[in-house]
Amino acid sequence: MCDVITSQTEPSAPMAGALSEGLLRVEALPPQGQISLRGDFSDGFRDAVCGITGTGFPDPLGAAESGDRALLWMSRDELLFLLPYEAATETLAQLNAALAGQHFAATDVSDARAQFRVTGPHLRDVLAKLSPTDMAPGAFAPGEVRRSHLAQVAAGYWLRGPEEAQVFVFRSVGDYAFRVLTTAAAPGGEVGFHEA
Amino acid sequence: MSTRLARGGRFTDRSKQFGFTFNGKRFTGYAGDTLASALLANDQMLMGRSFKYHRPRGVVASGAEEPNALVGLGEGARFEPDQRVTTTELFDGLVADSQNHWPSLDFDVGGVNAKLSRFLPAGFYYKTFLWPRAFWKHVYEPVIRQSAGLGKAPHPEVRDADRYEHFHAHVDLLVIGGGVAGLQAAKSAARAGAQVLLLEQSAHWGGRTPVDGGSIDGHDPEAWVAQTVAELEAMPNVRLRLRCMGAGIYDHAYALGYERLTDHRPGAEGPRHRLWRIRAKQILAATGAIERPLSFAGNDIPGVMLASAVRDYVVNWGVTPGDRTVVVTNNDDAYRTAITLKQAGLEVPVILDARPMGGGALMEEARALGIRVEPGRGIARVLGGKRVTGVATCMQNGQGAMLEEIPCDAVAMSGGWSPVVHLWSHCGGKLAWDEKGAFFRPDPARAPSGADGKPFMSVAGAANGHLTLQAALACADGAGKAAAGALGHDVDETEAPSAEAAPEAPLAPVWLMPQGASADLRMKAFLDYQNDVKVSDVQLAAREGYESVEHTKRYTTLGMATDQGKLSNINGLAVLSDALGTPIPQVGTTTFRPPYTPISFGAIAGEARGEIFQPLRRTPMHEWHEANHAVWEPVGQWRRPYCYPKPGESKHKAVEREINATRASLGVLDASTLGKILVKGPDAGRFLDMMYTNMMSTLPVGKCRYGLMCNENGFLMDDGVVVRLSEDSWLCHTTSGGADHVHAHMEDWLQCEWWDWKVYTANLTEQYAQVAVVGPNARKLLEKLGGMDVSKETLPFMTWAEGTLADTPVRVYRISFSGELSYEIAIPANRGRAFWNRVIEAGREWNMTPYGTEALHVMRAEKGFIMIGDESDGTVIPQDLGLHWAISKKKEDFLGKRAQERIDMARGDRWQLVGLETLDGSVLPDGAYAVAPGRNANGQRNAEGRVTSTYHSPTLRKGIAMGLVKHGPDRMGEVLQFTAEDQDETRDELTTIAARIVSPVFYDPEGEKQNV
Amino acid sequence: MLILHCPCCGIDAAEIELAPGGEAHLKREGPGSDDAAFETYLFTRENPKGVVLERWRHAYGCGKWFLAARDSVTMEVYGTYAAQTHAPPQEIRDRIAARHPDWGQGA
Repeated sequence: MCDVITSQTEPSAPMAGALSEGLLRVEALPPQGQISLRGDFSDGFRDAVCGITGTGFPDPLGAAESGDRALLWMSRDELLFLLPYEAATETLAQLNAALAGQHFAATDVSDARAQFRVTGPHLRDVLAKLSPTDMAPGAFAPGEVRRSHLAQVAAGYWLRGPEEAQVFVFRSVGDYAFRVLTTAAAPGGEVGFHEA
Repeated sequence: MSTRLARGGRFTDRSKQFGFTFNGKRFTGYAGDTLASALLANDQMLMGRSFKYHRPRGVVASGAEEPNALVGLGEGARFEPDQRVTTTELFDGLVADSQNHWPSLDFDVGGVNAKLSRFLPAGFYYKTFLWPRAFWKHVYEPVIRQSAGLGKAPHPEVRDADRYEHFHAHVDLLVIGGGVAGLQAAKSAARAGAQVLLLEQSAHWGGRTPVDGGSIDGHDPEAWVAQTVAELEAMPNVRLRLRCMGAGIYDHAYALGYERLTDHRPGAEGPRHRLWRIRAKQILAATGAIERPLSFAGNDIPGVMLASAVRDYVVNWGVTPGDRTVVVTNNDDAYRTAITLKQAGLEVPVILDARPMGGGALMEEARALGIRVEPGRGIARVLGGKRVTGVATCMQNGQGAMLEEIPCDAVAMSGGWSPVVHLWSHCGGKLAWDEKGAFFRPDPARAPSGADGKPFMSVAGAANGHLTLQAALACADGAGKAAAGALGHDVDETEAPSAEAAPEAPLAPVWLMPQGASADLRMKAFLDYQNDVKVSDVQLAAREGYESVEHTKRYTTLGMATDQGKLSNINGLAVLSDALGTPIPQVGTTTFRPPYTPISFGAIAGEARGEIFQPLRRTPMHEWHEANHAVWEPVGQWRRPYCYPKPGESKHKAVEREINATRASLGVLDASTLGKILVKGPDAGRFLDMMYTNMMSTLPVGKCRYGLMCNENGFLMDDGVVVRLSEDSWLCHTTSGGADHVHAHMEDWLQCEWWDWKVYTANLTEQYAQVAVVGPNARKLLEKLGGMDVSKETLPFMTWAEGTLADTPVRVYRISFSGELSYEIAIPANRGRAFWNRVIEAGREWNMTPYGTEALHVMRAEKGFIMIGDESDGTVIPQDLGLHWAISKKKEDFLGKRAQERIDMARGDRWQLVGLETLDGSVLPDGAYAVAPGRNANGQRNAEGRVTSTYHSPTLRKGIAMGLVKHGPDRMGEVLQFTAEDQDETRDELTTIAARIVSPVFYDPEGEKQNV
Repeated sequence: MLILHCPCCGIDAAEIELAPGGEAHLKREGPGSDDAAFETYLFTRENPKGVVLERWRHAYGCGKWFLAARDSVTMEVYGTYAAQTHAPPQEIRDRIAARHPDWGQGA
């Protein structure tokens, strides 16, 4: 059982403080502002969104970053905007204003997910234990986003570098995701399939 | 006797001695031994008893095809039954026990079955145990269960000590088999640039070529293997895995690999087995060939082994199964065994070659070594019981009259070789009969094909029927290059390696030895060792009319054991073909199924065990519930508190306490699991009018409405409160288990039917924690938390408001599922736990009681509210539940409307919802039927209703129930008889419970309590 | 274990990432339809041995529905295409016709 610190007053991210170290370092992230955006990806939509996010517009399966904000491509009519937790409410209002008159949906989902940072040289091999996604460097490059399985639950993977990924799951299965990642990264489980 | 030779053993390291026990006896072996070679080295020839007749059995093979020598391996948390000794690598401290015997391996009571074998022919079970019918349950089944089964299952209370995992690999070319053909194919493909994964099931590269001899490119095969492996290891586009079996091939070139990481070093860090889930573009099987036994009487006596296996034990492990070994064969390859034995200083009294003219160059070589060769001869019967003591020889073309008796302690037999075509067959690859080699080989014209409609699989080497070294290597080189070419790589014209090996004379098929063996000999000639199927059984099946090979297989159980007939398949087919007078290719073969050899359940389960057996969804308040001794109820994958018993309190009492406290003062429920789906857009109202039976487009902003969702069949699918958030957005609450399904349902209709409607959905279930504050003091509690006006005037029943409570941003819904004054409060999930704590603290002054799902259920039943999954079961329409008021009559269309107009839905005598009250106050059994007079066409009693929900109501102090009853609402006050749970089966009459039809609303029918 | 190319996000998705949705191109029959038409819509499925047009959802990926033309015997995939259509595109029809010249007669 991992340590979970539950603050009495401050917003608390699921699995806050959870940390394990094995073939990978698995670390629950603090609260993360998240806004789900749906729209038709027309020029008008792109301009309005990027005007508020301050990022570029991501390519399919990609992400566009700028400072502490990032816009992730989720599907052909869905984006996920990551930003500081405290900024979510105000930014949502700005997005609603900027997109007014278009058919869109912008929703605050800052509390809906558990997020983990996983780092280490065995990153691709460990993730390949839990997802059928092709984890080869030629198939999944840093900066890209995939939606897939994490063992038995749905997950998002944002590859942030050659040895770092951000993993998203629904918050109710945060505990499961943390345990599964920790188990897959347990010492002795080296595979040596992908180049470390 | 079987013993360790003074020298030799390619794999064994005589400087490292290991101790192990077999049936409690202590033995020693060497590093590199298998359990089979170590047991043989200790003269432990008897290794188990057979399945049906409990005949003494020893090891017959040296690899994955072994049918006999299965043991229970390990102890306690590492015990596993049915492990093949031939594929079990020895380690220090290994503990093994033989199986299928009682009381001991040497003296087995079940061996009496062998004496009765005349009375236990094929199909015996079907014929004998059919009648009388009543005997099955109490006599036949217990007896069969007692004597059936191979190993024992691990103790149910002991948990496997090891861990397991899966691994998803994507490769261009998967090569299965690390013998010389696999190595060559991998090399040829990798040189052309293909990315290659090469799997070898054993712990060694090179397969059996180093044992069989010859030379490759002028090198000793062993040196060539080492050099080739080194070359492959240096290539960045090649991955090599030892101890990793290609277990199965599936559609679109999906393959399973079964890697055994720590079986040879138990307790080592890391997973024990890893299941490779491989996505290949091309698959190449270089899986070799398996030698066939010969069918002669006594061919199962310990000491009778495959000729190749005898050779393997001598060369690979420096062990011989006997001092005097008779070789019996129909081909040249077995001569290699005789030569190997002779060169190791062992005696080979005779080679019996069933071919009238004997063999070729290898025969001459054997003769030159002074070995006696008898062409045209075979074995009439093997002498001995628990081990071989000699053979009686005969003419192969005769009926088994004995020519001479030759004392020996081992027999090396060879009936030819069968390519390992299993993997080719797994995904639909077809076979062709090879007359010359007398075996099935892959038919390249009928290969498994992939998504592009082109073949994705090829076979190389002995697996492709190329049994000589030269042909195998040339085939492998070509197949490797062809695979690379199919992957789009340019292939250079390079020479295949040149190889030399002794030329061989053709084999002569021998399916029975001697050819005209008498009935008593055929009854001792085993085809399938593991399932104890004999030549006589297959012949009997043919006589009884079994013409299809698939039917014969099931009738005789030939090839149905855990070895899937690796040794028996061709021999059995040939006997059937002979008995039917139909050529083998027309008889055909049975289909091989994955896995190639059994794989562990652990590998299949992967990491999914213990705490992570399945995902358990937790609400933000989960740890509070845990700390407060919640008893859990699974709702889908959610864990919800069922109730919160106090120390010493029963669950039943806890539920009553929770209900009473809530109805009297105040209760609180974690309702976070409720589904919450946002529906937004200019066409959202129109869309929801299609999704729900009610009219949702007219719901005013600020209001809530209970809605029903049906599928196109008209059946009730889900329900919940719909909230109008703004002009163009609605929030749809779903059942706890239904959120994902309802969301997918909505997306399906939006994407696939009404794709021009402007609607977006978002599943916000996990964004919010939800707290239901319920009871007469609910408003007071909210006022105490402070921050917004929750008065009756500002926030009347079935409305909602946004604001702040306890310094937390909230949305408050005035809805009730209990009949009490009730508020459901949605909070951003990250603040859910803190808000819950504030509520708990504030509620103390009203004895606020947290309640669980059972109290929720009872309270909703007291109010006559339906529950999806109780009152509905996929065959119930809303009209059955008296929910006409929630079905719009104004709407032209909604999902399910057309179906609800079908004759069967509109007929007047459908069972309809009523309340039920027992006359004696007891609780009706869940699911009990209301008995009606007479019987139906099937002789079953007629029924006219059933119980859908039933509880003890602490509020009303009696049993209450809801049920569906024929014409129910028109029969108020009528008493029905319901079937009781306990029935006296000896009596014809039913025990019933009388219950009266009443209104389903038991509590506060006017709704005065919730609307204050 | 099929792999189907999701035309909506470009991923070649393993079958475990997909949810099946049965026969494609059904015409919905609502209120006012006669019993026979409604029965056909709701229950009558061809389930042929050969060419099938199916609905699939990239459930563990982009979440979108798409359609696939596939051979139920050989598992050959003639192509995947948008769910927002009433018939397979011509190039897929051509690919099917190359294997099954009789397919689609009267369709």
